[in-house]
Amino acid sequence: MSSVALDTHLHKAIRFYQASIGKKAVMAITAVVLFGYVIGHLAGNMQVYLGAQQMDRYAAFLHSMPVLLWGVRALLLVCVVLHITASIQLTILKQLARPIGYAKKDAIGSNLASRSMIWSGAMIAAFVIYHLLDLTAGVANTVQYQELHAYENLVYSFQRVPVSAFYIIAMVLLGMHLYHGIWSMFQTLGFSHPRYTPLIKRASAVVAVLITAGFISIPIAVMTGVVGENL
Amino acid sequence: MELDSKIPSGPIEQQWDRAKFEMKLVNPANKRKYNIIVVGSGLAGGSAAATLGELGYNVQCFCFQDSPRRAHSIAAQGGINAAKNYQNDGDSIYRLFYDTVKGGDFRSREANVYRLAQISVNIIDQCVAQGVPFAREYGGTLANRSFGGAQVSRTFYARGQTGQQLLLGAYQALERQVAAGTVKMFPRSEMLSLVVVNGKARGIVTRDLITGKIESYAADAVVLATGGYGNVFYLSTNARGSNCTAIWRAYKHGAAFANPCFTQIHPTCIPVSGEYQSKLTLMSESLRNDGRIWVPLKPGDKRSPDQIPESERDYYLERRYPSFGNLVPRDVASRNAKAVCDEGRGVGETGLGVYLDFSEAMKRLGVDSIRERYGNLFDMYERITGEDPYKVPMRIYPAIHYAMGGLWVDYQLMSSIPGLFVIGEANFSDHGANRLGASALMQGLADGYFILPYTVGNYLASNKFDKVEPDYAEFKREESEVAAMTNRLLSIKGKRTVTSFHRELGKLMWEHCGMSRNAQGLDFATGKIRELHDEYWRNVDVLGGAEEFNQALEHAGRVADFFELAELICLDASHRAESCGGHFREEYQTPDGEALRDDEHYSYVAAWEFQGIGQAPALHKEPLEFEYVHPSQRSYK
Amino acid sequence: MRLTLHIWRQKSANEPGRMVQYEARNVNPDMSFLEMLDVLNEELTLNGDDPIAFDSDCREGICGMCGFMINGVAHGPRRGTTVCQLHMRKFRDGDVLHLEPWRARAFPVIKDLAVDRSAFDRIIAAGGFVSVPAGSAPDGNAILVPKQKADISMDAAACIGCGACVAACPNASASLFTGAKITHLGVLPQGQPERYERALRMVAQAAAETFGSCTNIGECEAVCPKEIKLEVIARMNHDFLKVSWTSRGASVSRGGD
Ligand SMILES: Cc1cc2nc3c(=O)[nH]c(=O)nc-3n(C[C@H](O)[C@H](O)[C@H](O)COP(=O)(O)OP(=O)(O)OC[C@H]3O[C@@H](n4cnc5c(N)ncnc54)[C@H](O)[C@@H]3O)c2cc1C
Ligand code: HEM
Ligand code: HEM
Ligand code: SF4
Ligand code: F3S
Ligand code: FES
Repeated sequence: MSSVALDTHLHKAIRFYQASIGKKAVMAITAVVLFGYVIGHLAGNMQVYLGAQQMDRYAAFLHSMPVLLWGVRALLLVCVVLHITASIQLTILKQLARPIGYAKKDAIGSNLASRSMIWSGAMIAAFVIYHLLDLTAGVANTVQYQELHAYENLVYSFQRVPVSAFYIIAMVLLGMHLYHGIWSMFQTLGFSHPRYTPLIKRASAVVAVLITAGFISIPIAVMTGVVGENL
Repeated sequence: MELDSKIPSGPIEQQWDRAKFEMKLVNPANKRKYNIIVVGSGLAGGSAAATLGELGYNVQCFCFQDSPRRAHSIAAQGGINAAKNYQNDGDSIYRLFYDTVKGGDFRSREANVYRLAQISVNIIDQCVAQGVPFAREYGGTLANRSFGGAQVSRTFYARGQTGQQLLLGAYQALERQVAAGTVKMFPRSEMLSLVVVNGKARGIVTRDLITGKIESYAADAVVLATGGYGNVFYLSTNARGSNCTAIWRAYKHGAAFANPCFTQIHPTCIPVSGEYQSKLTLMSESLRNDGRIWVPLKPGDKRSPDQIPESERDYYLERRYPSFGNLVPRDVASRNAKAVCDEGRGVGETGLGVYLDFSEAMKRLGVDSIRERYGNLFDMYERITGEDPYKVPMRIYPAIHYAMGGLWVDYQLMSSIPGLFVIGEANFSDHGANRLGASALMQGLADGYFILPYTVGNYLASNKFDKVEPDYAEFKREESEVAAMTNRLLSIKGKRTVTSFHRELGKLMWEHCGMSRNAQGLDFATGKIRELHDEYWRNVDVLGGAEEFNQALEHAGRVADFFELAELICLDASHRAESCGGHFREEYQTPDGEALRDDEHYSYVAAWEFQGIGQAPALHKEPLEFEYVHPSQRSYK
Repeated sequence: MRLTLHIWRQKSANEPGRMVQYEARNVNPDMSFLEMLDVLNEELTLNGDDPIAFDSDCREGICGMCGFMINGVAHGPRRGTTVCQLHMRKFRDGDVLHLEPWRARAFPVIKDLAVDRSAFDRIIAAGGFVSVPAGSAPDGNAILVPKQKADISMDAAACIGCGACVAACPNASASLFTGAKITHLGVLPQGQPERYERALRMVAQAAAETFGSCTNIGECEAVCPKEIKLEVIARMNHDFLKVSWTSRGASVSRGGD
């Protein structure tokens, strides 16, 4: 009789991904890349405060290295696909693991952010699609889209209140996603320590708030006229 | 019935070696052809089933809980003794042997106790290797504490959860064998009958507690490791499910029952708070190391403890036993608590309680070090009573805790039915009339890991076994008897619940056959028990059906057996006209109220043989000889 | 004290269940929660109503047999406490309480509030042990264990296998339970030889039992009566990832048959 579920014939990599910890690890590692991109992107975007010239120069600079640009885009795409695939698989697993739900369920040890990662994630995905159509492809930006004129494009977009509102909501959700996500990455990858883990949790919160605030500041700056006034 | 204890000859230090050498061995290739049933998955049963599986036998193991890990051994808090002498404080196998025989008030077999002390050292090694997280010193060596009044530090412990950790060790070893296919585990299965074929124990009948199906299992040997019967008193420190059913039904099939009246009372339990109470919770005895026990000097003093000045408190144990003080053995501490409460000096709402006060220790050692030592016990007390023991003294009262009595077994741990082995608390064991703290865990594991695996092999190798299958007539007959009893319980449809009967039985036992007993009270109790038993079979109300998950029905069967056992306990208690260990007969005491043994007439094991329903059981005496430890009057003055 | 109880009643695994309302009168604040149910059951029995099935044994918070949801919280409102150790003084007169069984596909309901947790046993059988047959052990002090490690191990070993972690986890994950055993054995020197294989096997078994995955939500830690820390899950992840990425994974033997 064998009650042991481990299948020793499978290739290591498949066995790894079959386990939910494997899927989680894939999410965490792809998240590192995505998170890195978000940080870099935020830093890049902060240049709007340095004026149109600086911003556009920056955009041009990025586009001047097509290999690097497409390399990064490809990496991001792969990561997003893996991250989303794994998240959907885990969500399906969750449904399977508890087919009959509770009539009453109270949460006492968690926050909204951790329980709604799939929704904040889905919102980010929707946002990114819109965002690409808006500022990269220019399709959604019906006013006047000009390639490599990042500053102008952005200002035109954010001068429309619904667009700004959408961005702001999305950024809040991104913040929530990261609020749980950053410390969660450490836990998933097997790092936990009675002294450092509480610090990591606090740092995640701070970073999440800073990132959110940084991104949100841009549409607000445009709407209040701090940025884009001189256009 | 012939009671042959089969004690090997020769000097006591060599008896176990000699016995092992004289045993027949089973050819390794043949082991898997033998089927062994183990009923119980506590320290004794779990370790036995795992070890028999490791040896290659084909084992079937049963327990009534939903997992073998939940056997009541899990609740042991204090620790496990072993004569390791790691503390270099003069301990030795001989000293542990000596202490255990003396502690048992000279009513145990020297040979068994010596073997227990010898094996104690292997147990620790085995458990450490399994990953039991025993307490450690900063240098990484194993830590010890002194326990239950012992003069040496020989108790190994894992916080306040020693039983849990030892049991998990055995359980994990058991699950390893389950995965390997040598052991098949049957949780939520209750043994309801023993099957004897041609004079040998060859199987059991069980009820699957989920489906209610009555099933038969055949084997070449049957091992009972079903724990103690303290719940005959209704309120005890045992688990709700702890019962005597397996051993009782074996008794009714011919296994002798030894010393049923030897039951132990634990002095430090949380007092009863009301009628609804379902069990009593033990607070580790280690509390007595730093807590001081007292009651008000004046009867009926209802002031709160902080209002009672020092001069009006009676630290009665310190007063009466200056050299042992609060650390006198369990039976002495318990009886004294009852005595002061009988004088009307008990505390708490019911007047059945005494104070266990840490205020002085907290002043002397600091609150932090008390928290360090007893923090989780204090928390537990607070959870149950709602009182904070850091601020007000704890209230404690004795409660039934352990059964020294049980099925009679020989040196090979075999009962008077060939092929029926009994281990752990279920046998009459090595503890005589009183068990020392931290020795039950030791005994359960000694039996299961290191004794039974040899002795069962010896039995299997020395006998021929006819083929026996669960569809044989013997099994069918037992099955139909079990089914008949179940149906009878369900068909009474009376007016009282099972619990109400159990509670009333327990009260009778506690009043008249508890901490102290007398001939008159025992007579009275016997009469009352019979009446109540009679009413039980006319007036109990068990709802639901036989073929379903039916907890009331499970309980009803157990209570039916408790009634019969209760009667036997009273009989044994009234026949033993002496006081010894946990058995205190008021008629037999020294002028200053200590137990008075009668070695001339009662230095024997009383083994009772079932003679049929309504018949008085037959008494068989196994004489006890003391070659090494000479009987003396215990004194803790 | 008087309480209104809404209790999940389900006759057997194959029949649908529903919430049924009961009144508990004369509740004494010193009763434990289970004693309150005992009293209610006595009353139901005398009225000819099927008593409510729930598991319990030790009633002192150590065997892990008891457990159900009280108002959506596993083992009820008091932290670090099993339901058998929860006392009625924690509630107020007139409270309305909802009692439901642990819910997970891996824990099918047997009856009312009692569920089948044998999946936990199979997770242990998959590797939650040290392979050391009786009689083969060296002297207890032959291997020193630093006190600090012994303490970490003991913290994790305190798990009583009650299943509250699964019940509370939005993913119905058994990670706290599995991680506790992997930590208990994995930090001790005795547990090293099988450490990585153990993680691999136990994690695979948990998945095969249909427990969900852990997304680090932390409800489990909050309800665990033994206050097992999330750290044990990180240790499990660590051991699992290590064996999956390094050559140790290749050496996993074919066992179990
Ligand atoms: C609160 C408490 C604290 C204690 N503390 C200590 C201590 O510190 N040190 C110490 O040495 N001792 C202590 N003891 C005593 C010790 O724990 C027990 O004597 C010992 O654990 C008994 O082990 P066992 O294996 O014989 O039985 P148990 O552990 O009780 O196991 C009995 C097994 O039999 C099964 N069973 C019973 N009846 C049936 C049936 N009819 N059919 C099928 N299966 C059945 C049960 O399911 C269970 O698996 C304590 C006891 C209690 C109650
Ligand atoms: C910029 C984009 C994104 C970033 C930076 C990001 C970042 C992260 C991080 C750091 C984690 C924690 C990983 C871990 O615990 O190991 C995470 C988890 C998660 N992400 Fe994302 N994510 C992004 C997009 C998305 C998208 C588009 C989705 C889904 C539609 C998504 C769904 C999830 C889910 C469900 C989790 C929880 C999984 C878990 O914690 O186990 N994420 N994400
Ligand atoms: C207020 C917030 C943001 C602003 C103002 C902003 C601005 C921009 C601009 C101007 C571009 C176009 C660059 C170019 O093509 O020259 C861009 C591209 C992009 N942005 Fe953002 N962005 C914001 C938030 C985000 C967030 C939160 C994400 C991810 C989660 C994101 C993901 C991307 C991606 C993937 C691209 C495409 C990059 C490429 O061309 O490869 N952006 N963003
Ligand atoms: S980890 Fe905690 S909640 Fe989970 S089974 Fe163990 S004790 Fe229960
Ligand atoms: S609640 Fe569940 S998601 Fe993980 S941290 Fe606990 S198992
Ligand atoms: S009944 Fe044992 S833990 Fe609650």
